[in-house]
Amino acid sequence: MTTDETTTARARPEPIKAVPVRHPGRWAAIAVLAVLAAMFVHLLVTNDKFKWSFMVDNMFRPPIIEGLLRGTVVMTICAMLLGVSLGVVVAIMRLSTNPILRVVAWLYTWVFRAVPRLVLLAVFGNLGILWSRIEFGVPFDTQIGQLFGIDNLQLRVFGFTSRDVLTGFVAGLLGLALSEAGYMAEIVRAGIQSVDEGQSEAASALGMSRGQILRRIVLPQAMRVIIPPTGNETIAMLKDTSLLLAVPYSVELFFQLDAVGKRTFQIFPMYVAAVFWYLFLTSILLVGQYFLERHFAKGYGRTERARIRLRTIAAETGGGGGAGGGQ
Amino acid sequence: MTGQLVPAQAGAPAAESGLMVRAEQVHKSFGPLEVLKGIDLEVRAGEVCCLLGPSGSGKSTFLRCINHLEKINAGRIWVDGDLIGYRERGGKLHELRDKEVAAQRQAVGMVFQRFNLFPHMTVLQNVVEAPVLLRRAKKAEARDRAAQLLDRVGLGDKLGAYPGQLSGGQQQRVAIARALAMQPKLMLFDEPTSALDPELVGEVLDVMKNLARDGMTMIVVTHEIGFAREVGDSLVFMDGGVVVEQGNPREVIAAPKHERTKAFLAKVL
Ligand SMILES: Nc1ncnc2c1ncn2[C@@H]1O[C@H](COP(=O)(O)OP(=O)(O)OP(=O)(O)O)[C@@H](O)[C@H]1O
Ligand SMILES: [Mg+2]
Repeated sequence: MTTDETTTARARPEPIKAVPVRHPGRWAAIAVLAVLAAMFVHLLVTNDKFKWSFMVDNMFRPPIIEGLLRGTVVMTICAMLLGVSLGVVVAIMRLSTNPILRVVAWLYTWVFRAVPRLVLLAVFGNLGILWSRIEFGVPFDTQIGQLFGIDNLQLRVFGFTSRDVLTGFVAGLLGLALSEAGYMAEIVRAGIQSVDEGQSEAASALGMSRGQILRRIVLPQAMRVIIPPTGNETIAMLKDTSLLLAVPYSVELFFQLDAVGKRTFQIFPMYVAAVFWYLFLTSILLVGQYFLERHFAKGYGRTERARIRLRTIAAETGGGGGAGGGQ
Repeated sequence: MTGQLVPAQAGAPAAESGLMVRAEQVHKSFGPLEVLKGIDLEVRAGEVCCLLGPSGSGKSTFLRCINHLEKINAGRIWVDGDLIGYRERGGKLHELRDKEVAAQRQAVGMVFQRFNLFPHMTVLQNVVEAPVLLRRAKKAEARDRAAQLLDRVGLGDKLGAYPGQLSGGQQQRVAIARALAMQPKLMLFDEPTSALDPELVGEVLDVMKNLARDGMTMIVVTHEIGFAREVGDSLVFMDGGVVVEQGNPREVIAAPKHERTKAFLAKVL
């Protein structure tokens, strides 16, 4: 109550009513942009070569939708799943105490980051030509398999392809995923190295093994650093599925749009359709990326989400805490 | 903060000799820099040993050697009769496997200057993680025990909080509970209060005093002379990688024999 008295005793100063700073630059920028936008719209509307109605009529054709689902969406998902898993393995090998593993991992990232994806896809697509004589996939796999026994899962996927079923989809998937793993390995390595050394030290002092520390302590924290660039990689991957025409693999969005354009001699409207499709798909990914980043930021800073989690956990464990308090 | 932090049998003297820690001529170098130059130390079960010394004298390094976070270059360390990091067979030392080293560490709790709590886990998860992962306890059992431990370090109402939402003193008390959840025979403290604001030091020292009273064997690196005097059973003063002086804390602090001890105490008192 004493504080009340002292504040009322001294007269409260009147609220500030100041003239805000003017920003003439902003208004000028808005004017310029408005003019540019109007010019752009004018361009789109008045040039009838855009053939808007043709574009809308054709961009949802069944083969295009099938290509979008299989060659673009499913391929992106598969290539990223495979690429991220293999990338994590390569990153862990790179940080291993075993010098051989380190060299193998380094060689891997070197090769697959050095060769352009378009070239990789062409190579994998035409591997069938050399298949009987050169077994490209196998030695690499067994090497990884021997040195790093854990990832049998990866091996099985590769073992599958080393048979004679190197279809367009599989060849494309291999090319994209192997190349992606090279980039992901670097991203994951940076993420792991960003985690404070004191974390693994505290975990070892508790008696956890190296694997347990990696899985339970280091990787979850590295995620915060790994997720944003992985989101970017996913977006890049979605766009790079358009390179599948080098395999060639035809059940893919851009291949199909391009085919319709060439067949109907209306190439440009179909390319514009491609622009819209990729804009649409990428936007969905951006939304997903936002939520993922928010999820892995938990425990850092007093975010709204952290507070919500706090409440649910407190409710969950309320019984345990109460029992302890009773004694 | 009432009740035992340590189950009754954990503090009972082990090994025939009654020695919990025995270090013999421990040497440790980082490259050309020799940090430990032959440390001998004995800590009996149930004893609180305070380690003092100027910065860079090798206190942290020695503590880390005790649970094999650092490999020693010469000498031997036994915890409760077990040789740390090695197996002696036919007069030869064999390095222990990672798994065996990890198993040895489970018996030794460690508390760090910078807490090192796991920031992505809640307070409760921090404490439950190791016992459950290392199959020391069933999940429900571990949660109950963790909640009890946290209650006894005065954090019964913070189970769902993340470390980032706690004060330094609270974090350090969680770290102590986390180490205790593994039911260690020995606790190592590396300057547990020196990263804390002065008004938070007391709450952590109180927890440590309770722990000592419950019979836990502790080695504490600290600059808190008051704590050493009140709780310590022995005091070891290190400087330049060697033990300069040791004895009863009250006697050493009141009447240091060695010049270097005198100079150091004059500075921190
Ligand atoms: N990993 C390491 N590599 C190289 N040198 C190290 C390493 N760890 C410690 N040292 C060196 O060993 C010496 C002793 O370090 P230590 O941390 O044990 O000292 P301390 O007595 O704990 O000091 P403080 O009171 O400052 O914590 C220091 O000179 C330090 O630079
Ligand atoms: Mg230190």
